[in-house]
Amino acid sequence: MSSGTIKKDSGFGVAQLILLISIAVLVIFVAWPVILILFNAFFVNGEFNSLDFYRVLTDSETFKALTNSVLIASMTTIGSTIVGTFFAWLVTRTDLPYKTFMKSLFLVPFMLPSFIGALAWKMLLSPYSGYINRFFMDTFGLTEPVFNIYSYVGISAVEVMYLFPFVFIQVCGALERMDPTLEESARISGAGLLTITRKITIPLVLPSIMSGALLIMLYSMAHFGTVAVLGIEQGIYNIPTLIYEKIHQSAGSFESIRTGTVLSTVLIVSAAIIIWGQQKILSRGHYQIIGGKSFRPMELKLRGLRYPLLIFCLAYIGFTIVLPTIVIFLVGGVATYGLPLTWENLSLNNYKYVLFEYEVTKDAIFNSVTLGLAAALITMFAGVMISYVIVKMKVRGKGILEFLGMLPFSVPGSVIALGVILAWSGQFGINIYNTIWIILVSYIARYMAFSLKANSAALEQVHDSLMEASRSCGATMWQSLKDIVVPLVRPGMISAFFLIFLPALRELTVSIMLYAPTTRTIGVAIYTLNEDGETVMSTALAGVALVIIVVGQSLINHFTKKAGE
Amino acid sequence: MSYIRLINVTKQFGDVTAVNNLNLEVGKGECFSMLGPSGCGKTTTLRMVAGFEDLTDGEVWVGDKLLSSPKKHHYTPPENRNFGMVFQAFAVWPHMSVYENVAFPLRLRGLSKTEIDQRTKDALTATNLLKAADGSPADLSGGGKQRVALARALAINPDVMLLDEPLSSLDPHLREEMRFEIKDLQKKYGFSIIYVTHDQAEAMALSDRILVMKLGVVQQIDSPLDVYNNPANKFVFSFIGVSSFTDVVWSDGKAFIKGSEHPLPAGIKIPDRMKGEAVFSLASRPKEIKFTSADDPAGVHGTVLRKAFLGEIVDYLIKIGDQEVRVQIGRRDPGPETGENCYLCFKRPFWYKADE
Amino acid sequence: MENIITIEGVAKSYADHHVLQNLDLGIQKGECFTLLGPSGCGKTTLIRLLAGHEVPEAGKICIDNTVVTDSSSGEYIPPERRGLGIVFQDYAVWPHMTVYENIAYPLKMEKRPKEEINKLVMRMIEVVGMKGLDKRLPSELSGGQQQRVALARALVADPSVMLLDEPLSNLDANLREEMRFEIKALQREFGITVLYVTHDQEVALAISDRIAIMDDKGYIRQIGTPYEIFEQPKDLFIFKFMGIANFLHIRKEQGKYFVGTGTQQLPWDGPSGTAENWVVGFRPSDAQISRSGPGLKGIIKRANFLGDTMDYMIEIDGENMRTELETQQAINENLMFTEGEECYISFRNLLWFDAAQLKEVESI
Repeated sequence: MSSGTIKKDSGFGVAQLILLISIAVLVIFVAWPVILILFNAFFVNGEFNSLDFYRVLTDSETFKALTNSVLIASMTTIGSTIVGTFFAWLVTRTDLPYKTFMKSLFLVPFMLPSFIGALAWKMLLSPYSGYINRFFMDTFGLTEPVFNIYSYVGISAVEVMYLFPFVFIQVCGALERMDPTLEESARISGAGLLTITRKITIPLVLPSIMSGALLIMLYSMAHFGTVAVLGIEQGIYNIPTLIYEKIHQSAGSFESIRTGTVLSTVLIVSAAIIIWGQQKILSRGHYQIIGGKSFRPMELKLRGLRYPLLIFCLAYIGFTIVLPTIVIFLVGGVATYGLPLTWENLSLNNYKYVLFEYEVTKDAIFNSVTLGLAAALITMFAGVMISYVIVKMKVRGKGILEFLGMLPFSVPGSVIALGVILAWSGQFGINIYNTIWIILVSYIARYMAFSLKANSAALEQVHDSLMEASRSCGATMWQSLKDIVVPLVRPGMISAFFLIFLPALRELTVSIMLYAPTTRTIGVAIYTLNEDGETVMSTALAGVALVIIVVGQSLINHFTKKAGE
Repeated sequence: MSYIRLINVTKQFGDVTAVNNLNLEVGKGECFSMLGPSGCGKTTTLRMVAGFEDLTDGEVWVGDKLLSSPKKHHYTPPENRNFGMVFQAFAVWPHMSVYENVAFPLRLRGLSKTEIDQRTKDALTATNLLKAADGSPADLSGGGKQRVALARALAINPDVMLLDEPLSSLDPHLREEMRFEIKDLQKKYGFSIIYVTHDQAEAMALSDRILVMKLGVVQQIDSPLDVYNNPANKFVFSFIGVSSFTDVVWSDGKAFIKGSEHPLPAGIKIPDRMKGEAVFSLASRPKEIKFTSADDPAGVHGTVLRKAFLGEIVDYLIKIGDQEVRVQIGRRDPGPETGENCYLCFKRPFWYKADE
Repeated sequence: MENIITIEGVAKSYADHHVLQNLDLGIQKGECFTLLGPSGCGKTTLIRLLAGHEVPEAGKICIDNTVVTDSSSGEYIPPERRGLGIVFQDYAVWPHMTVYENIAYPLKMEKRPKEEINKLVMRMIEVVGMKGLDKRLPSELSGGQQQRVALARALVADPSVMLLDEPLSNLDANLREEMRFEIKALQREFGITVLYVTHDQEVALAISDRIAIMDDKGYIRQIGTPYEIFEQPKDLFIFKFMGIANFLHIRKEQGKYFVGTGTQQLPWDGPSGTAENWVVGFRPSDAQISRSGPGLKGIIKRANFLGDTMDYMIEIDGENMRTELETQQAINENLMFTEGEECYISFRNLLWFDAAQLKEVESI
């Protein structure tokens, strides 16, 4: 029974106006495109037609993509969960050397865009030309490649490498916050450390493990980059890549749009189910495991395994992060793809070229930076406003906004892209198709969830009484917003800005469906150059992107640390 | 008969000595409390007995079994010590039913099904939890959770029960009730208790003996009444209940409460060891000071700074010289009003040197 | 005495839950008035109505001769123009402002000249004992210090009334005791009217000029001085709410009153009423324990040594009661009982209540 603002029951006040604007923003950017997709999936010529929906769905090509998506997502989820949980347990519950450093190391994969990783692995493990395969074939005279990355296992393995931190972070957090006496009381009851891990620790963090796993499931189902880079060549499509192929090949024919909307509907439904499941697990299994005095939790003494396990961890990072990154930078330095990676062959020419001369890449960098800035700014402000209404205001009709606010979390990128095409290419009076604006619109929809999350978290920290105190001190509502709420929410806004700006810089899934020759983004440029056989240019641009991302990430860490102090 | 023995136990965390050369013996069936402010080393000591911390030096024995001794390179891990332990934050496992929580230690001991069931039910009965057995402990109140923790500790029928501030997460009313329950369980099962708390009333009410600790050093080990009647030093006095310390100075061979024009009356006996002190303290407890008349040979003159009616008691702040003394009288006892002059009779004064 | 706050027929509900119904209350100028009641009884709602963060469904509130809210005329003055000082339970000190900036804020809102602000703020900082801490951020302060900042901020603009909503409940016991006297001292120094809301009867007794007891349905049961409320409670609810309470069931047989199921007659005048079943209520300090009488014979069920007090639980003919005495007195007068011993209880005061009321107060 609390409210941040006061209103009188009569009339149309400021509160209602803000609510209406908020609803409008979410409807225009998120809900309307989704509705158009659902409408187009089920209505043919204005008539409801579920038979046709069924026909498209059971078409061998679409059905295959569907099962591929599920298969790859399942393998990725299982793999990431095992890897993430194991490493989380290792850095929180054992006496592994250099644990804090190792913990930060395991978060690095987050920075590496998975399609760039996929690109690197293609160069390392493609059946006959990959460096590793070639090395083994040349050295040992093998006739068959060691490993074919163009396979379900290959695709899933690459996704695991860059997605497992989702589980890692969740489980680490739960293990660190867990009251150590929960484990100690098991110990004094007579249980050894392995029994405790099995019967107490793992069951207690299971909700966190599951929630991380579902997040990965959702991400992988709708993931474009890795499958596009590694799968298409062998005819392995998943839902997003098939939507892309269809739309792209036929330049937006009715039939392809229809397939797209049907597939998107499947994605929307699975996303909704996954999100629902996650909420359910988190609310039901949300054990109160925090509290008590803080002792160091018990650590499993690894004894003789300490250093071997440390080496294993370092090797894992070396193999999944360092090796691909080096390959990107090296290949970006040679004149043509295939040349041996020796000093004589390496130069900075490609980097100079993509940065200063090559129109395609120069445009791409400029487009990505401006799009990222614009999307981050707009989404940040819209997110503050919407979060404020949801978290703080007490107005009639807020329920609608709360429901709409859930939407951005469950709509995958390729769905947004398709929806935006349906909404903004002239059918409703505005045609921005093939312009940079349509990408901006889709970015706003895609990243609204990040902004809502960061801003609501910040706003929830601002207790109502802070605002009420300033009202009682003689400040009007606007004055209080300006003096109290805005300064306190600023860290949340800043983090929202970066949470959007950085991923937007490397965005691929949405931009690839919406780009025109002059509106390529960095991601699109890397992908298309690679498709067109311009491998070294593509890799050089990927190298540049990596540098930008790492610098950006370091800046964020710097800023957020400062804000925290 | 001493059952648990700590011999020259020392614990260091880096440069900090958390426990310094501690010796203590707890008898079989005794309730022994360790009392002290936070950071005094009482919890560390308990955790060394439990086996969660290793010793820097010294030995821990239970009966004729050596449990920890760094010198002899001996260490029995907690799971093999066969103790019951209850923690402040309850530490009941939310993913198991109440029954499963209690049965867990029994299952680990490989007992037969019927025996596990029997002993679990016994422990649940003793703690009034039988009705809640199939429910989740998460649905129980704080007191209920702590009962589950007690039942779990009881189930293995331990000889030693370690209690780490088990009541401080509960509200005051429940705290008192649970205190009696713990005492009743001890009477029934006959285990020894080592009880850690910072609440002196709790320690007084429960214990056969109390250890008062400060900065890792033992200050006093005695029965509750002895600790109360004969506190070993100023720290123990101040820690056992509400206290006032008043500075006293010598002038012309007479003792004056600092800033006062009236010397302390002849009726107040000052111990000889205070003779050479420039400043020393008169220590008192609010309930051990009474208002008296001007002709009382031990009456000390003062002025009422503040009088507050608190229901059962009336709370006074009395100014004597430039010192302030708390006085509490029963609500039916006669007392002066704010601003009035009054005479105080110290029923049980204690005297401490300034550097004590 | 003139009322500075008048509340007439105020009602407020959330969804279907009536928190306040037809509430009338007057608070006099310059007094420290406490609204005391169990948690969830609607006292915080009343504070929010006074502050203007909520609007009542019915009724009228006047502060300092101005109608601030009147549901019949629709009149409503927003919080910032009510001229109140408020202290919240969670301090509500703004974390991004220094101690100085926090306290200066109300004055800045009034657009007072810089020098005046500086003078007033520095004086307030001194009054609340925070000298030298003016440049600190709230995160660098303890809970007690933060609450002092909140007090200074509420007082600095010289409000007509200060509202305090459970300001001490987040502090530890020692600090709570210290702060309640500080609040009282500030009230005296500034001569300000204070409305204090709490569920802690000890704080209420310690600081109030008058106390209103509110029950969990939002009705005010009694208004009076601390002494009146404690010594002459109007009903069982108030009696039980104000401290440790003993009850003995009394059975009426042939015009005589017997304790519990036994044959001991109560050594006290009978009640003025016709009920058959009664309880007598008394505080632990109203019962005197002795070894040889006179009084009711009982058995010591529990002897509890609590340091400076001895706490006994005594059974008299199937009825349990508690009494306390000072340890020193117990030792001197041979009253250190052990469990199972016989004792005698006499009374200094007894209050009669209809046994039917007991059910209502069980949950308190």
